[in-house]
Amino acid sequence: MLYFTKIKLFIIYSVIIFLSVFSLNNFVDHNKSNFFSKKINLGLDLQGGSYLLLEVNSQPIIDRNLQEKLLNIRSYLKEEKIKYQNLKIKNKSINFYLNDKDLKSFEDFFLNKENLVNIYYDKYRSYEMDYSNIENNISIKYSKFGLIEVNNSTLDQSLEIVRRRIDEVGTNEPTIIKRGNDRILIELPGLSDPNRIKKLLGKTANLSFRIVSESEEDFGSETLSYESSDEKLTISKRVILSGDNLITAQPSFDNQNNITIVNFTLDRVGSKKFSRVTRNNVGKRLAIILDNKIISAPSIKEPITGGAGVITGDFTFQSATDLALLLRSGALPAPLNIIEERTVGPDLGEDSIKAGALSLILGFFLVIIYMLFKYRKLGIIADLSLIINLILLIGILTILGATLTLPGIAGIILTVGMAVDANVLIFERIKEEMKHEKSILHAFDTGYKKAQSAVLDANITTLISSIILFLLGSGPVKGFAITLGIGILTTLFSTYFFARHLSSIYAKKNKNNLIKL
Amino acid sequence: MNSITKTKILFYNYYKKLNILSLVLIFLAIAVLIFKGLNLGVDFKGGTLIEVRTENSQISISEIRESLLKMNLGDVNVKKFGNENDYLVKIEVSKKNNADFIPSINKKLSSDLGSSINFRRVENVGPKVSKELLYDALLAISLALAAMLFYIWIRFEWQFSLAAIIALIHDVIITIGIFSFLSYEVNLSIVAAVLTIVGYSMNDTVVIFDRIRENLKKHSKLPISDILNTSTNETLSRTIITSITTLLALLSIYIFGGAILKGFSFAMIVGVIVGTYSSIFVATPILKYTNVNSKTILKDEDNRTF
Repeated sequence: MLYFTKIKLFIIYSVIIFLSVFSLNNFVDHNKSNFFSKKINLGLDLQGGSYLLLEVNSQPIIDRNLQEKLLNIRSYLKEEKIKYQNLKIKNKSINFYLNDKDLKSFEDFFLNKENLVNIYYDKYRSYEMDYSNIENNISIKYSKFGLIEVNNSTLDQSLEIVRRRIDEVGTNEPTIIKRGNDRILIELPGLSDPNRIKKLLGKTANLSFRIVSESEEDFGSETLSYESSDEKLTISKRVILSGDNLITAQPSFDNQNNITIVNFTLDRVGSKKFSRVTRNNVGKRLAIILDNKIISAPSIKEPITGGAGVITGDFTFQSATDLALLLRSGALPAPLNIIEERTVGPDLGEDSIKAGALSLILGFFLVIIYMLFKYRKLGIIADLSLIINLILLIGILTILGATLTLPGIAGIILTVGMAVDANVLIFERIKEEMKHEKSILHAFDTGYKKAQSAVLDANITTLISSIILFLLGSGPVKGFAITLGIGILTTLFSTYFFARHLSSIYAKKNKNNLIKL
Repeated sequence: MNSITKTKILFYNYYKKLNILSLVLIFLAIAVLIFKGLNLGVDFKGGTLIEVRTENSQISISEIRESLLKMNLGDVNVKKFGNENDYLVKIEVSKKNNADFIPSINKKLSSDLGSSINFRRVENVGPKVSKELLYDALLAISLALAAMLFYIWIRFEWQFSLAAIIALIHDVIITIGIFSFLSYEVNLSIVAAVLTIVGYSMNDTVVIFDRIRENLKKHSKLPISDILNTSTNETLSRTIITSITTLLALLSIYIFGGAILKGFSFAMIVGVIVGTYSSIFVATPILKYTNVNSKTILKDEDNRTF
C-alpha cells in the first residue's frame, strides 16, 4: 500500500495541479475570458435574483378546440344530410345521437386516418380524440395523447412568448426552460424586483379592435368595463382586428395633447381591413380591448388608411412601454399562473456569502487545529490532505460549472468536518497495528489495507444520500447535494492518493525510529 | 493521548437501560408528532414567506402583525429573524400570486409602520407545488432508507441490515420529534439535513459493523457480547474524533452561517449526536438480539461482492 510507481505519482500530482489552477482562478480577477478563467456560478440565493415557476393552463384552449370540433362535426353532418340529435358539449366531451344507418358513414369519416377533424398520430398509434358509442349515443373527447399534443404545443408557444417578453425587458442572462409538460421555469439572476416581469407575464395580451354598440340591446354584443375605471360600455362581439395583425408597437409622446400614447403599425391584411372598417364607421366609437378590458374607445373621425394607428389611454410612460412590449411580443395562447416564486435581494445574497465564507474558514481552522492536537505529525498529513481536498472540490465545481448555493456552502463545510474521517479511520488502524507490529512500514501498510473497507463503506453511504438528494431535491438543496457528493469523491482521492503518499514518505523516513503515535 | 484507544468500556452493561431510554424517546417523539404535529414551512404548506428589514428600529412584532391582519390574508405569523431590524413574516394565503400582491403588502407595511421597508427575500409557494415538494421529500427519505438497507444487505448479512435500518429510523424519528417539540420550522433544507443524517449515522454504524465482522472471523470462539464490546471499543476513538470534527464544522455553521442555515445546522447537530449514540447503543445490541455469530458471517463469505 505504500509503494507508488513514478507514473502513478505523476498522474496524482498532475490532477492536483490541474484542479488547483481552476480552483485558485475563482479568487483572481480576469480581464479576458477563456476556458481557464471559469468561475463557480453563484446560485440565486447568493447573488440575488428571482426564480419563478409558471403553470400553463391549457384548459381554455381545450374548450375552444372542442367548440371548434363541434362546429366541424355539425357542418359535416349537415352536408351529408345525416340526422342527428342532441349535439352538444357536456363534461368536456361532444355528445350526440345517430341512427343505425348513419352511424356507419359517420365512423367511416371520423375514424379514418386521413380525416382533418380527428387527427391520427402515427407516433402514438392513437387518434387525437377518443370515440365511444353506447347504443348509438356517441361521445367524443380528448384522448390521452391528444391532450399531450395540445399541452405540448401550448407550452411551446407560451415559452416562446415568455422568452420574447423577458428578452424585451432586457434582464441579465435569464434562464427560461420547460419543466414537465405544463410548466415553465424562469431564473432571473440579479433581479431584485420581479414585479414588472410578473406583471408582464400575468397578461395574456389578447388585443382586439371592436366597434362600440349604439344600444345596449344590440344583438351580438357584450358589456365590458374599462381597465382604469369601473365605467362600462356595450361592445360588439365582432372582432375587427386582433393583435395578430400588428407588426410593431412603440410608446411615444403626443406633444399636442401632452399625453403618452402607443403607436402601432399593421401588416397588409390588417391595414386593408382597418381602412375599410374605419371608412364605413366614421362617427362611431372604436374600442381597443386588451384581455377583455377596454383601454380606450375613441370616436372614428376619419378613415385610417395608412396602416398605422395610435392607442390613447390613461397611460404613464411605463405602462405605455409595457403595453407596446406586450403587443410586440404577441399574445400568450393560454393564461399563465405563477405557482412558485423565490426572490432574494442582492443585499441578503451578499450577507449570505459573507456568513458562509466566515463559517467555512472558521470550521476549517477548528478542524485543522483539532487534528494537529490529536495526531501531531500525522495531523499535518491529515490537514494537508484536507487542504488539497478543499482545493480539488472547488476545482471540480468550477470545471463542472456547478452552481454554488448557500446550502452548497454548508455542504462544503460539512465535507471539511467529515473528510478527516477517512484519515482518522486509517490512523486509528495504524495505531492499533503499531501495538503488535515491530516495523513502522509494516504497521502503515497493514493499517491502510485494513481500513480500506471501512473507509469505502463509510463514504459510499453518504454518497448514496447525496445522490438521492440530488435526484429529488430542488434549487438550493440540489446545490447541497452536489457539493456533498463531489466532496466524498475528492475526500477519497485526497486520502487514498495524496495522504497515502505523504504517509509513505513519513513511514520510510522513520522506519528505524520507534515513534509513538 | 492513547487513553481512548485503551478504554475498555463494558458497553453491554448499558444496553438494556439505554434501549429502554431509546424506546421511550421514540414513543415520546411519535406522541409529540401526533399531538403537536410539525411546523411546516411554506415549502410544504404553501403560502408566502417574506424576510422584512425595516429602516426604523422602533417597530414591534405586533405592529407588523396588526398591519398585515388588516389586509385579510388569513393566518399571519411574524417573528424576529437574525439581525435587530429583520423579521420573518409568514402569510397563509391561498390567493394567486399576481403581480400586485407583494407590492401591496410592502405599501401597506411602509404606510402603517412609517418606515421604509425592504423585502430581502420573498418565497411564495402555491398549494400544488407545496404538495409535490412534500411528496418528493417523503419519497427522498424513504428511498434513502431503502437504499441504505439494500447496501448493507449486500455488504453484510440481513441482521446487520436490519440493525442499521432500525438505528436510522430511530435517528430520523427522534430528530423530527425534537423539531416538533421545539416547533422549529421544517422546510426543504431540513429534509436535506435529515438525509445527510441518514448518511452520517449509517457511516458511523458501518464502521463498527465492519469491525464486528472482522472480529467475528478472527475470534470465532468468543461470545457475541464480547465481540460487540471489543469492536465498539476498538472503533470508539475514531467514532468520537469524527463526531467532534463534524460537530466543530456544524457549530461553525450554526453560530456564524447566518439565520437561513440555523435550522439546517441545528438538525444536523442533533442528528450527529443521536446518530453516534445509535450506532453504539441501538445498532450494535440488535446484532446481539438477532443472534449474529461467526457462522452467519462465514457461511456467506463467498457471496461477498467486494
